Amino acid sequence: DAAQMEDDAPVIYGLEFQARALTAQAAETDAVRFLVGTQSLKFDNQIHIIDFDDENNIINKNVLLHQAGEIWHIGASPADKAVLTTCYNKTSDSRVVSCAAVWRMPSDWETGNHESPDESAHNPQTLELLCHLDDSTHGNAACVLWEPMGDGKRVISLADNHALLWDLQESSTQAAVSSTATLEGKGQLKFTSGKWSPHHNCSQLATANDTAIRGWDLRTMRTVIFRTFSCCLNSHRSWVWSVRYNHSHDQLVLTASSDSRLILSNMVSISSEPFGHLVDDEELSEGEELHQEDKGKEPLKDSVVSTYEEHEDSVYAAEWSSADPWLFASLSYDGRLVINRVPRALKYRILL
Amino acid sequence: MDEGSVPVAEDPARRRRVHGMLKLYYGLNEEGKAPEQPESLDPCDINGPHFDPELYLNKLRRECSLTELMDQETCMVRQIRSLDSDMQTLVYENYNKFISATDTIRKMKNDFKKMEDEMDCLSANMAAITEFSARISGTLQDQHAQITKLSGVHTLLRKLQFLFELPARLNKCLELQAYAQAVNTHRRARCVLQQYSHLPSFKGIQDDCHAIMDKLAQELRQKFRDGGSSAKDLSECVELLLQLDEPAEELCDKFLSHARSRLESDLQGLEAEIKPYPSTATKDASAHGSSSATAPGSPSDGSPKSSSLPSPASNTDILEFIDRGCNEFVSSLCLVITSYQELFINHAQKGELASKNIPQMANGKLHAFVDDLAARYFMLVERRIQEEKGVGDNSLLVRALDRFHRRLQAVAKLLPGSAVPNKGTEIVIRAATERVKQYLSALQSFYMDSLTDVRQALATPRLSVAGTSVAGPASGRDAPTSLPELLSSLSASILNQIKSVLASVHLFTAKDITFSNKPYFKGEFCSQGVRESLVVSFIKFVCQSSRQFCETAGDKGGSTPPALLLLLSRLCLDYETSTISYILTLTDEQFLVQHHSPVTPVTTLCAEAREAAQKLLNHYVKVQGLIISQMLRKSVETRDWVNTIEPRNVRAVMKRVVEDTTSIDVQVGLLYEEGVRKAHSSDSSKRTFSVYSSSRQQARYAASYTPSAPMDTNLLSNIHKLFSERIDIFSSVEFNKVSVMTGIIKISLKTFLECVRLRTFGRYGLQQIQVDCHYLQMYLWRFVSDENLVHFLLDEIVGSAAHRCLDPAPMEQSVIEVICERG
Repeated sequence: DAAQMEDDAPVIYGLEFQARALTAQAAETDAVRFLVGTQSLKFDNQIHIIDFDDENNIINKNVLLHQAGEIWHIGASPADKAVLTTCYNKTSDSRVVSCAAVWRMPSDWETGNHESPDESAHNPQTLELLCHLDDSTHGNAACVLWEPMGDGKRVISLADNHALLWDLQESSTQAAVSSTATLEGKGQLKFTSGKWSPHHNCSQLATANDTAIRGWDLRTMRTVIFRTFSCCLNSHRSWVWSVRYNHSHDQLVLTASSDSRLILSNMVSISSEPFGHLVDDEELSEGEELHQEDKGKEPLKDSVVSTYEEHEDSVYAAEWSSADPWLFASLSYDGRLVINRVPRALKYRILL
Repeated sequence: MDEGSVPVAEDPARRRRVHGMLKLYYGLNEEGKAPEQPESLDPCDINGPHFDPELYLNKLRRECSLTELMDQETCMVRQIRSLDSDMQTLVYENYNKFISATDTIRKMKNDFKKMEDEMDCLSANMAAITEFSARISGTLQDQHAQITKLSGVHTLLRKLQFLFELPARLNKCLELQAYAQAVNTHRRARCVLQQYSHLPSFKGIQDDCHAIMDKLAQELRQKFRDGGSSAKDLSECVELLLQLDEPAEELCDKFLSHARSRLESDLQGLEAEIKPYPSTATKDASAHGSSSATAPGSPSDGSPKSSSLPSPASNTDILEFIDRGCNEFVSSLCLVITSYQELFINHAQKGELASKNIPQMANGKLHAFVDDLAARYFMLVERRIQEEKGVGDNSLLVRALDRFHRRLQAVAKLLPGSAVPNKGTEIVIRAATERVKQYLSALQSFYMDSLTDVRQALATPRLSVAGTSVAGPASGRDAPTSLPELLSSLSASILNQIKSVLASVHLFTAKDITFSNKPYFKGEFCSQGVRESLVVSFIKFVCQSSRQFCETAGDKGGSTPPALLLLLSRLCLDYETSTISYILTLTDEQFLVQHHSPVTPVTTLCAEAREAAQKLLNHYVKVQGLIISQMLRKSVETRDWVNTIEPRNVRAVMKRVVEDTTSIDVQVGLLYEEGVRKAHSSDSSKRTFSVYSSSRQQARYAASYTPSAPMDTNLLSNIHKLFSERIDIFSSVEFNKVSVMTGIIKISLKTFLECVRLRTFGRYGLQQIQVDCHYLQMYLWRFVSDENLVHFLLDEIVGSAAHRCLDPAPMEQSVIEVICERG
């Protein structure tokens, strides 16, 4: 029984380049697949398509060229597996410009890989540009957000202090700004990141600039919530760069930090079903039971489930798999991708 | 005859010899015993009893010569003569005695004859007397019975006379108000009258008597009701009424309701003193406020509150109030109890009334009465005690409580088994507990006020602390209000405050205080009250409030000045090392706490204090680190690193970073010890950076490059761990300066690194970073425990910048050095 509870070892994949951009292929619900975008100022940048074979615990990869520049952010269409967005830096005339674009993967990337696995590494195929998400007035896109669970027709780009809602038309080959919102305030405010809420008919957006968080109503493009950080996850020894909650079990939260650690927390306090697993107390292992006793009948407290130390450098990105809710990937700056699973004990506690 | 002359000459000797011979003859020796000479059997012994003259003569004839015979014969004759003469003398002597004896006997004969005659006469007389006596008895017999009967009639007549005179007598008594006599008299007659009430005459008397006695009872009742009479009168009154078969219960009730009205007026008097005046409320509040505000320095100067504010004259202090309560209410109550007991209980126990269960009934009523009134009294006292909120002077309250408690002991003595004294003790206990709570909150607000003072003191000379414009270790040493002074004055004032509070609370357990020997004050008050609720709670409060400074985040985050965090951390650490155990020892000694119930051990508190100190220091490091980080971040983010000019100077922000780090170092050094450093290498400040990354980076990328396919991940990660030393940026720091500085510098440089990684650099951008990092290296190494850490982080920064550089052409090391030397 103990052997069964033992967790599989993490799977590590190394990229040749430094990397910050990671996403799960949102439209893919069968295979565990992640997309990684590289950062190189000297070489052609790449998008690695990482397939994880859960049964055999092995990784298959495909590489596509992203020649436009180094990738700072990557996003996958929720409707079309082949469509993705990137935010990238383009250097020209000793000027660095941030851009955003929608791309399509070549249709045969998968088959090509199978036929000549060795060649694909040496002669990678190139992404097909569908459209740019820039216009003359708005540049420097920090990230592009797909409408969650949508039809792949709407994206939001965050550029400097603007949030732009784009409508993609003609099979995503054309993009038009349908509405904009601007962050007003003193100094040079900049959106650093954001998330499009899958709830409430996808009408809500959360953005961050420095330590300020805003909630936006997309129907009016107005700020409805304004907060500065008031809760902190104190387990990390450095800054947290990425926070992702599990879409199936939203108490599971991944945090990636520049202390080169990834932490999986059980944040009962934010769970949408916080009492869902209270009945399973007797199934806890002995140590955990002792831990529970002093809290009595009170709800479980937020706790760190496990800390993953496979990285050597700052971890800038972590993502849950869209196909398997118990799988997640993390990416550190040195180009190391690590795939991990939620510990079995916790998984069964949540499921049973 | 010369024979005759011989006996004369030898008279005494001879006489003796004669005696002896006579004796011999009569068979007596000198001791009067028969002689047992063997020769006496000899028939020839002339002196022996068996002497045979024939034998002797024959023997002589045969044996002796003639001369001898002649001699013998002469001797013999001489002896015979002497014997004859002796005999004659004896006879003569005895004869005289015979004569006198005969005379005496004759005389006695005559006397006896006379006595016999007299005896005869006496017996004749006695016979005569006996005869007379018998005759007298016979005569008096029938007269005696008559006399007895007459005497009985006389007594009866006297009793009847008493009865007939009774109404008149009673009336007279009534007139004279000699009620006791009247009742006594009536009582004597009552039974008889009752018995013979079927006879008309007696019936009349009885009716008369009843009428009179009713009137009397009426008068007594009136007198009793008026109540103005003295206790003795009253007591007599009650006693008589009881004897008149007045229902005792009614009397008790009447008596008690009398007493109640008097006692209630006392209570109303008391209540009037605690009527809530609007001005009183404000006065109390302001007095409370002022006492806590003025508390530093002189903790007990809240006492002159009554003089400083115009107070209504009626608002007496608590001691006066309790005094009044004791003197008026409690003493009256005691008097009532005493006289009541005298009347209804002690007295009734003696007489026949006891059988009617009067004492029990009366006692029950008394208890209910006392309980009821005492409850109201207690309510008033509690209300008054609750008004005592100023914690300045505790002695007044303690004295008041003592008096309150002491006076209740009188009730306890008078009324054994009453719940009143216990309830009184409970009030004292509640008051003491409340007091402890008040002291705790006073201590807490004192502590917070002290912190505000410290905050202000820190804010005022801030210019001179932070404004030490010259970079270098020598500057900033002369900060005016130094942290150590602030710390020691804060620590001392808190300790003083605790001591004065302990002293105040100690009054509750003073020997001369009556309630101090109650088990509560000996045990629970000391352990649970003072130690746990006051001292331990305060220490916990200090720790917890300190920790709150660390938990502020977001908009509240910047509110706590870092110096205060540092100071509080040192305070908590001092608490852990010595202050807590000192305070608790002090408490235990003062209160001789015997811990019956479990108390918080010193170690727990120390652990808490240490945790607080750790948290504060960690937070200090974080705050200071983030301040410097912010400078670095802005400086990296706001510059166009691609199109920058060739570096000529160290950027001003780096100088600022070094300055700030130096002043932080000074600040920390004021409160924390130096700590341990690893030995410096000889050229610590002159280390160069390899632009194309450190050995670590090479190792790392070497590993990463190799496989792009799955591999033995465990082995790989283990190999990586062997080579990498992970740097925890927000890790806990140790309680020393070097560790604190290391923490701050780690945070700053890590920020620098992360910011650099977000930018793209041109050739000169990279070179500027090289210059800046070299400058930082020159000054920062001295602050940290392990200079390699600074090297490593700066290496990473330059390495990352090079990696993010479009045209990585590093600057010559010598040029960098020149620029940095120039400053």
